[in-house]
Parts: sequence; C-alpha cells; structure tokens
Amino acid sequence: MTEQLLQYLAECIERGKVNQQAAYPPDLSGRPGASEVTRELLDNGTAPNHILARALMVGMERIGEKFGSGQAFIPDLLIASKAMYAAMDHLKPYFESGAAQHKGTIILGTVAGDRHDIGKNLLRMVMEGNGWKAVDLGTNVSAEQFLAALQEHPDSLVGLSALLTTTMLNMERITKAIKAQSPQTQIFVGGAPLSQAFNDKIGADGYFPSPQDLVAHLETS
Amino acid sequence: MVPSFLERLQQGQTLLSDGAMGTELQKRGLNTDDCPEEFNLAHPEIVQSIYSDYFAAGSDIVETNSFGGNRERLSQYGKETEVTLFNRKAAELARAVCPQGHFVAGSIGPTGAMLEPMGTLAIQIAYDFFKEQAEALAEGGVHLFYVETMMAVEEAEIAVRAVKESTGLPVVGSMTFDLAGDSVRTSWGVDIPTMVQRLSDAGADILGANCGNGVEVVLRAMQEMRPITSLPLMAQPNAGLPEIKDSFIVYPETPESFEEKMKAVLAVGIGILGGCCGSGPEHIRHLRHLINHNKKGSDD
Ligand code: B12
Repeated sequence: MTEQLLQYLAECIERGKVNQQAAYPPDLSGRPGASEVTRELLDNGTAPNHILARALMVGMERIGEKFGSGQAFIPDLLIASKAMYAAMDHLKPYFESGAAQHKGTIILGTVAGDRHDIGKNLLRMVMEGNGWKAVDLGTNVSAEQFLAALQEHPDSLVGLSALLTTTMLNMERITKAIKAQSPQTQIFVGGAPLSQAFNDKIGADGYFPSPQDLVAHLETS
Repeated sequence: MVPSFLERLQQGQTLLSDGAMGTELQKRGLNTDDCPEEFNLAHPEIVQSIYSDYFAAGSDIVETNSFGGNRERLSQYGKETEVTLFNRKAAELARAVCPQGHFVAGSIGPTGAMLEPMGTLAIQIAYDFFKEQAEALAEGGVHLFYVETMMAVEEAEIAVRAVKESTGLPVVGSMTFDLAGDSVRTSWGVDIPTMVQRLSDAGADILGANCGNGVEVVLRAMQEMRPITSLPLMAQPNAGLPEIKDSFIVYPETPESFEEKMKAVLAVGIGILGGCCGSGPEHIRHLRHLINHNKKGSDD
C-alpha cells in the first residue's frame, strides 16, 4: 500500500498534480494530488525522509531528465515544482522540529544583474529535499549581500547561479570577494552557460550541471 | 504613390531590419544592472547614435529601445510609473533620425512573468500592460510593431492582440525557438504550427523567429513556417550564443560568417531580415550587401 502511494506520489510530482482540486493534468482530474498523498503517507507513519527520497526526489529527477532531453519544457518544470512545494508544506514541520536533521546550510542566489530564477529555485528545492537548509537570497544578488548572509550563517556553503554570459563576469567578482573574506567557504556554481573550465578559472569549488550532481558530490566528499 | 510598409512586403520585397540594441547599449556604457529603457531619457544621444548607425548601415527598419519597457519588467527597477515616458521617448528619438521611406518599429518583449494559471500574472493585466506600452510607442510615432522574443504562445497572442486593438498598426509576431531533440520549439514547448495558427488568429501581419540559438535554428523555423502560411516572414537570429574570451564577451558569428549563413535563410523567402543579440551595424552592412546582391541576381 505504502509502496503504491509512494509511486503515485512520484507521478504526481513528475506530472504536476498539485492537489485534488487541481484541474491539471486532465487525466488525473478528481484524483488526490501531491498534497493529499503526502499527508496520507505521513499519517500512516511513513518517515519524512523516506517520502522525500523515494517519491518527491524521484519525480523531480524524472522531469529533470525529460527536460534535459527535450521531452519536457519550462511549464512542465514549473508545475512539477508547484506540486513539490505542496508536498514539502507537509514535511516542513518535521524538519523544523528537528525530527529530521539538517545536513547543513547552503546560501543560494542568482548573481548581480541576472534575474533568471527558475534554475535557482529548482536548486533550492533539491537541496531542501535532500535535507539541507537553504537560505535563498533571490535574484540580482550582490557580493555584499552574500557576505552579509555568510556573517549570519558562517559555516554555510554558497551556491551561485548565472544564466547570462554577461553576468558570469559578476559571478567571478562575487566568488573572488567571498574567497577574499572567507577563504574556507565552499562555493559551487551552476547555470546553462557555465562549465568546469569557467569554475576553475574563477576559483570556485565546483561546477555542476544539475542540482542532483551537487548533492551527489556533497554526499561523497 | 509611395507604397506603404505592408505593400512593400506584399510586393515580395525583402526589407532590412537592424541588429541588436541591448548588446550595442552595453558596448556604449550600459551596465548589467542598469535599466536599458531609462537610457532613452538619461542618455538619449547614445540611444540615438545606435539608431543612426543602423540607418547608415542600410537598415530600412530600426527598432525602438523599448524591449523591456512594459510595466512588469520596469517594476524590477522601480520604474513602473515611467512606462509612457520611456516608450514615447524611445520612438521619438528614432523618428527624429528616420530618413524618408524608412520605418521605426516599436519593440515589445515578454513581461518576464508567468501567466495564470501557471504563474501569477492575470491575462487581462498582461493585456493592459502591452496596451499601455503600445499606445506610448504609437504616440511617439512608430510605424509598426515587433512583438518579439516570446516563448509562451498565450503571452505572444495577448501582446499581438493588445497592439492591434489599441493602435491598428502592422504587427510582427515573433518567438524565440530552440531545438528540443530534433524538433523546433520554444522553451515553453510551442511548435511552429501552433505558433503560426495562434498568432495569425490573433491578428499578426507578419510572423517571425528572433534571437534563439544561432542562425541554424532560425533557418529551420523559417523552413517550417514558409509552407504553412502566406504571411510575410521575419528572421532575426542572434550572432550565436556568447562566450567569454579573456574576460570579454564575444559572439561567434562575425559580420562575414553571418552574411554567409543568412544566404540560406533569405532563400526561404523572407520579408524582413535582421539580427538579434551580438549583431551590430557591421553585420547589418553585410546583410544589406546580401539583399542587394540577391535582388540583382533575380533581376537578371
Ligand atoms: C526563461 C528565460 C528567461 C525569463 C526568466 C524568467 C525567470 N523568472 O527566470 C525572462 C523572459 C525574464 C528572460 C529574460 C532575459 N533573458 Co532569458 N532565458 C530564459 C530561458 C528560455 C530559460 C532559462 C531557464 O529557466 N532554464 C531552465 C532552468 C531549469 O535551467 P537552468 O537555469 O540552467 O538551471 C538548471 C541547471 O543549470 C542547474 N543550475 C542552475 N543554477 C545552478 C547553481 C548551482 C550551484 C548548481 C549546482 C546548479 C545550478 O540547475 C537547473 C536544473 O537542472 C533561456 C533559454 C534556454 N532555453 O535556456 C533564456 C536565456 C538564458 N536568456 C537570455 C537572455 C539574453 C535574456 C535577456 C537579456 C533578454 C533581454 N534582451 O532582455 C533577459 C535578461 C533579464 C535579466 N537581467 O536577467 C539568453 C542568454 C544568452 C547568454 N548566454 O548570455 C538565453 C540563453 C536565451 C538565448 N538563446 O539567447 N529570460
């Protein structure tokens, strides 16, 4: 039973079935969505971490792969993340009460001059989904804002996102400013136009094509 | 009588549009966190120098510096009350340097917000934003409009309708395409038949593809559009995707390579040819050469 619910929940995430009232996708109309199924799983005693790993992240990963291969598009990502948030709303209380432990904190933002936030929001979701606390500074974030957040959360990782070639230059400035003030802080970078070579050139600690790759790296290091 | 803009297209002429505005502004002093449309008031001479350079390079049509001039985008800079001023000025500056027989096109880009039900921007509000922008550009004297770089077909449709209903001027409906596997789609998943159908129904006079992922994708978009519509087509690819070389931003297509690749695009049968991000006056000079040369060839 639980196994079936987990599978159905993964499908709700992948296909963006937010809750029972949601009209989208049409063929699931009237059926329970991510919100109700997550509630039901928690009520029958399934561990929050288990729900995350075995359903929510499975759904997100599937839609991410389809996006990467041109079988899904930005609206599909957005509706999937809506479903993901609907599920996370039920899980949050458990994480916040300490019933499930945070692995650490990551400060996130899209760099100065850049207002693309879809990728950065997915990064936040995947980090949260994998047990990290995310401090999301939003878009168009300056070096000063990152430094101020680091003062507040000193042992955090930093995740920088950039989608514009012009703002990749700002990413370089921000990375250097953080490293100058706080050399031990680990900085990870991502966004479509980036590469490992660019990461190396600006002195960051790793480029990852997808948030899942960053999580995998953190688990093994 | 001098033929009108649409008459010239209907006669089968190819009109030359301009190259990029954004990347030219950056070359002439715009920083990444400046509001580009504010330059119309703060640095009119810079904006006007770009218009003049394009006309001098051979453009028949020059676009206004108003791509992000809708209320939603301007609010990101706290400038949402300046919509009318910025847009009217963008058009006036262009009209002041527009030679006889040439045209000024009002540029209208996406709001950057997601429409309902996926996002939070209501359809009616988006319509009003586009109408507000279009009216200001028309007041400033534009001859036609480019609704461009659209990715969601609903938004493109609303913008085309708002422009048409509020100004009655000719309007281009242009979207940005990429390759999804082997299929030409926008990032929102819109394919060419859907785009052609819906923007034609919304009242577009010309259909187009702009920006995107280099000349090759725009070529494929034109090849898919040509057989399924009798409307004139517009092709304005970017000069490829930018790269960083020694801390400078460079676009892969030189004016020469751009001209070479655009031959195939022109051969599809194009009403308006031009460039997008990374193309400058020199690219346009080369396209002028291409069009003139092509015309001579077909007259022989
Ligand atoms: C959506 C979009 C927009 C929307 C943004 C909406 C929003 N709220 O984000 C709007 C319409 C506002 C927009 C505006 C502009 N855009 Co835009 N936009 C895009 C588009 C279509 C998709 C970007 C996206 O969201 N992708 C989906 C996400 C999921 O992918 P992603 O961000 O890469 O993230 C993934 C990974 O990279 C990774 N990741 C991301 N960050 C990080 C960080 C870390 C640490 C890690 C580990 C991983 C990671 O995780 C994600 C999931 O796998 C792209 C074209 C394309 N098809 O990619 C153009 C594109 C990025 N835009 C472009 C441009 C030029 C612009 C504008 C300048 C246009 C203009 N002339 O005004 C403006 C700039 C505004 C600004 N100041 O930022 C160009 C950039 C060219 C370049 N290389 O410089 C592109 C490539 C389009 C093009 N072909 O020319 N844009």
